[in-house]
Amino acid sequence: MNHAPLPAWADIGLLPLLNILAALVVSGLIIAAIGEDPFRAMAVLFQGAFLTSNGLGYTLYYTTNFIFTGLAVAVAFHAAMFNIGGEGQAYLGGLGAGVAVLMADSFLPGLLLIPFAVIFSALFGAAWAFIPGWLQAKRGSHIVITTIMFNFIAASLMVSLLAGPLMREGQGAPETRPFAEAAQMPYMHEMLGALGIVVPRSPLNLSLLIALAVAALVWFIIWRTRFGYALRAMGASPGAAEYAGMNTVRITVLALLFSGGLAGLMASNAVLGEPHKLVLNFTGGYGFTGIAVALMGRNHPVGIILAALLFGALTQGGTELDFEFQTITRETVQVVQGLIILFSGALAYLFAPMVARLIAPFTAKKGAPA
Amino acid sequence: MGGSAPAFALEVRGIDKSFGPVHANRDINLQVKAGSIHGIIGENGAGKSTLMNILYGMYQADRGEILIGGEPVRITSSAVAIRSGIGMVHQHFMLVAPFTVLENVMLGAEKDFLLKASVSATRALIERMGRDYGLAVDPDAKVEDLPVGLQQRVEIVKALRGGARILILDEPTGVLTPQETEGFFQILRALRDEGVTILLITHKLQEIMALTDQVSVMRRGEMVAHRATAETSREELAELMVGRKVLLNVERPEIAPGAPALRVSGLRNRDREGVERLKGLDFEIRAGELLAVAGVSGNGQTELLDVLAGIAAPSAGKIEIGNAVVDAEHPRNPAEMRALGLSHVPEDRHHRGLILPFDGEENCILGFQDGEAAGAGFAIDKAHVAARAARHVEEFDVRPPTAKLRAAQYSGGNQQKLVLAREIDAAPKVLLVGQPTRGVDIGAIEFIYQRLMRLKAAGCAILLVSVELEEVLSLADRILVMSNGEQTGLIDRKDADERSLGLMMAGVTAEGKAA
Repeated sequence: MNHAPLPAWADIGLLPLLNILAALVVSGLIIAAIGEDPFRAMAVLFQGAFLTSNGLGYTLYYTTNFIFTGLAVAVAFHAAMFNIGGEGQAYLGGLGAGVAVLMADSFLPGLLLIPFAVIFSALFGAAWAFIPGWLQAKRGSHIVITTIMFNFIAASLMVSLLAGPLMREGQGAPETRPFAEAAQMPYMHEMLGALGIVVPRSPLNLSLLIALAVAALVWFIIWRTRFGYALRAMGASPGAAEYAGMNTVRITVLALLFSGGLAGLMASNAVLGEPHKLVLNFTGGYGFTGIAVALMGRNHPVGIILAALLFGALTQGGTELDFEFQTITRETVQVVQGLIILFSGALAYLFAPMVARLIAPFTAKKGAPA
Repeated sequence: MGGSAPAFALEVRGIDKSFGPVHANRDINLQVKAGSIHGIIGENGAGKSTLMNILYGMYQADRGEILIGGEPVRITSSAVAIRSGIGMVHQHFMLVAPFTVLENVMLGAEKDFLLKASVSATRALIERMGRDYGLAVDPDAKVEDLPVGLQQRVEIVKALRGGARILILDEPTGVLTPQETEGFFQILRALRDEGVTILLITHKLQEIMALTDQVSVMRRGEMVAHRATAETSREELAELMVGRKVLLNVERPEIAPGAPALRVSGLRNRDREGVERLKGLDFEIRAGELLAVAGVSGNGQTELLDVLAGIAAPSAGKIEIGNAVVDAEHPRNPAEMRALGLSHVPEDRHHRGLILPFDGEENCILGFQDGEAAGAGFAIDKAHVAARAARHVEEFDVRPPTAKLRAAQYSGGNQQKLVLAREIDAAPKVLLVGQPTRGVDIGAIEFIYQRLMRLKAAGCAILLVSVELEEVLSLADRILVMSNGEQTGLIDRKDADERSLGLMMAGVTAEGKAA
C-alpha cells in the first residue's frame, strides 16, 4: 500500500510477468530438490504446451475452458460479488447442453442443433446461479457460501442423473449415450483442413472462437452499456448506486445470471467439443481455476484470455512433464500451478513496491496524464 | 530532554516530495516553537496533508531533513514518529467502532500476553488525561455509540498515549458542530499550556485566528508565508492562500419567490431499526428561494435529504413536487425523483455523490446513466459522455482541467464541483444540497456559492443542509432548524442570528415565529 500507484502497463504487464517468474523460480527449486533438472523440465513443459505436434491444439482446448470460467468470475467480481460457483454452474451448463442434444439430435440439423445446445448450456448455468443471486439480493445470504453449497448440490445432482435417468441404456457407466454427429462442435483441424491448412488432430474446436467472441461481448457489456455501467457502479460503490436510483436487487440477480451463463458456456467446449457425451466430472476444476484466471487477468477480458492461455499451457505441458519424467507426477505439476496461483493471486502485489521504486525515476519525468 | 530546551520543538528543512508528475511538496521550511499552537493553512491540494504524512512517517521525503528538539531524525515509519514523540489525529478517524474507548486506546500498546495489566494502566491513563487536559471520556463506552466530538477525544488520547510532545491534527473540526468545536479548542489550549506543541492543519480561517499562535500558509506545494497570528488578518491569510483577493461575503440576490416547488407536510421517517428519525416536518420552498436546514450534525438532516431524494421512504406524511405526491404508500426511488426535476448534491460525495475509482467522465452520468446524458442508443455513447464531462469541467472550472482522472484524484473542492456540475446540468426545479463546502477550499467555496445563487436566480428551489452557521446565514432566505428529528424553528433570515439559531438547535422551539 505504501507506494505510488503504478502506471497501467506496469500493473497489468510487468507485475504479472514478475509473479509468474517468481512462481517458476520456486517451482524450479522444488524440481531440483526432487532431483530433476529444472531447466530441462521447463523445456519439456514449454515444448509440450506449444511445440509438439498437437500440443498447441490441446493447450488451446484447455484455454477455451479457462476463458469461459475466468470471464464468469470476472463479471461477478465487477459487481463486487465473489462467484465461487463456476464449477457447479459449468456442470449444470453441461446438463443443459446434454439435455438439449439428447432431446433434439435425432431430428435437428447441426446448424440449428449446436446453437440450440450452446444456448441451453448458458441458460442452465445461469439458472444455477439464479438462486444464490436471488438469495444474495433479497435476503443478504452471502454469495460465497451459497455458491459453494450449490457446487456440492450440482455434483450430487449430476451423479444421480447420470447414474439414473440419463444413463445410457444397457450400460453400467455413469454417462449418457454418445451424441449424434450433428451435435459435435466442428473441430479446428477439420475447419482449417477444409480451408487447405493442415494442422494436427486435437480436441480444439469452434468453441475457442465462441470464447473469444464472448470475451469481446463481455468487454462491450461491462464497459459500453448502461447495464454494465450500473453493474460496475454497484460493485465500486453501493452507496452511489443507491443514490443514483439503481435497482440493486435487479442488478445483483442479473450479474449472477450473466456470470452463471458464462460458466455454463464452458460445456460448449468440454461437452459438445470433445467427449460428445455427458460424463461425470467433466468440469475437472476449471470452474475453480477460473478464479485464479480472473485474478491474474485483472478481471479484464484481454487479461483473462492471456491468463487462460497460461493455465491452458500449464495443463497441457504438465501432462507432458508427467509423461517424460519418472519422478515428476501430476501432483508435482499441480504444485507448479498452485505456486502460480499463489504468486499471481494471493501475492499479486508482492513486487509492487519494488517496481514502484524502480520505475519512479522514469515516470516522474513524464508530464501529467492527458 | 532536560538541559537547555531548544527553541523549536520541530524544524523542517528543505523537504521535497513528488508523486509521479505531481510535485506535492517543494522545498518546505518550517519552524514550530515548543509549546505553541502552530496553524498550517492552505487550500485543498496545497500539500498540507502530504507534509504531515511525511512528519508522521507515512511517506518518505525525496529530499530534506526533519529535526525534533534540535536533533535530526529520520522518520521512516509511524512507529518511529511515535517513538520520537509525534502523535497524529487523522482527518478520518482510525478507531475500531465496536470496541470500547479503553480497548481503542490500548490497541497497539498491549504489553503482555494477558491484557489485565494493560487494561488497568490504560484506565489510569484515560483518567489522568481527563483530569489534566479536560479530555474526559468514559473508558467503557463503545466508540460507535459516542458522538463525533467524543470520538475525536479518544483519538487525541490515543495520540498522546505514548507521551507525544508534538500533536498533529489534520482538519480536526471538519466533523464537529460549533459547540463541539469550542470545547475542542479549550482542550487544545489546555494541552498547549501543559507544554504540548500542536500543529493544526486546516483550511478554516476563523480557527486559525481563534486558536493559533503562529501560522504558516501553503499554496500549491510551497510554503508561501509565516506569520504571527496576532499580526495578521483573515483577509491577508485568505489572499496568501489563494494568491488573490477573495470575496468572503456572498452576493445574495433578492428574488421575488414564485409558486411553491416543494411542499413537505407531516413528514416522518423511521430507520431500519424502527427508530423515528424525522418527527413531523412541515415546510415549503418556493421557486427562487433557498431554505437552509440548520442543526447539529446527526439530528435528522441526513434522513431528511435521503427521504426527499428517494433513497429512503417516508413512514408518514407527504412530499409534493409539482403535481406529484410521495407518501408512505407511494414512495419513489431516486431515479423517479430525478424525473420529477429534483437534483441532489449529497452530503457524502465519497460514498454517494461520486464513484471514486471511476473517472470524471463516467461520474458525470451517475444517476443519469439511463437517460439522454449517456447517449441516445442502447450502448453508452462515449464521445457524447466525454463532451458532456468536458463541458462540466469547463463551466465549473474544475482543476486540473480534464475529466479523465479518477474521481479520487481530484481535490475535495474539485470533486464537489464535478457533482454540482452534474446535478445543476439537469436544470432542476428543486435542488437538495448537503454540506456543500465540507472539505472544500476557499476558492472553491466562493465558486460554489456563486453557482447556487445563480441557480436560485434562475428560479430553482434550493434546500441546503449545513452544519456551518456562517454558511446558513449568508446563503439562506429562510432557515429551518432541526433538533432530534423535530422542527424547532422556521424563521426568516433577517430574524436569525447565531444565538437564536443556537438555542433552537439545542431544542428550544421558536414560539410564534414559525411560518
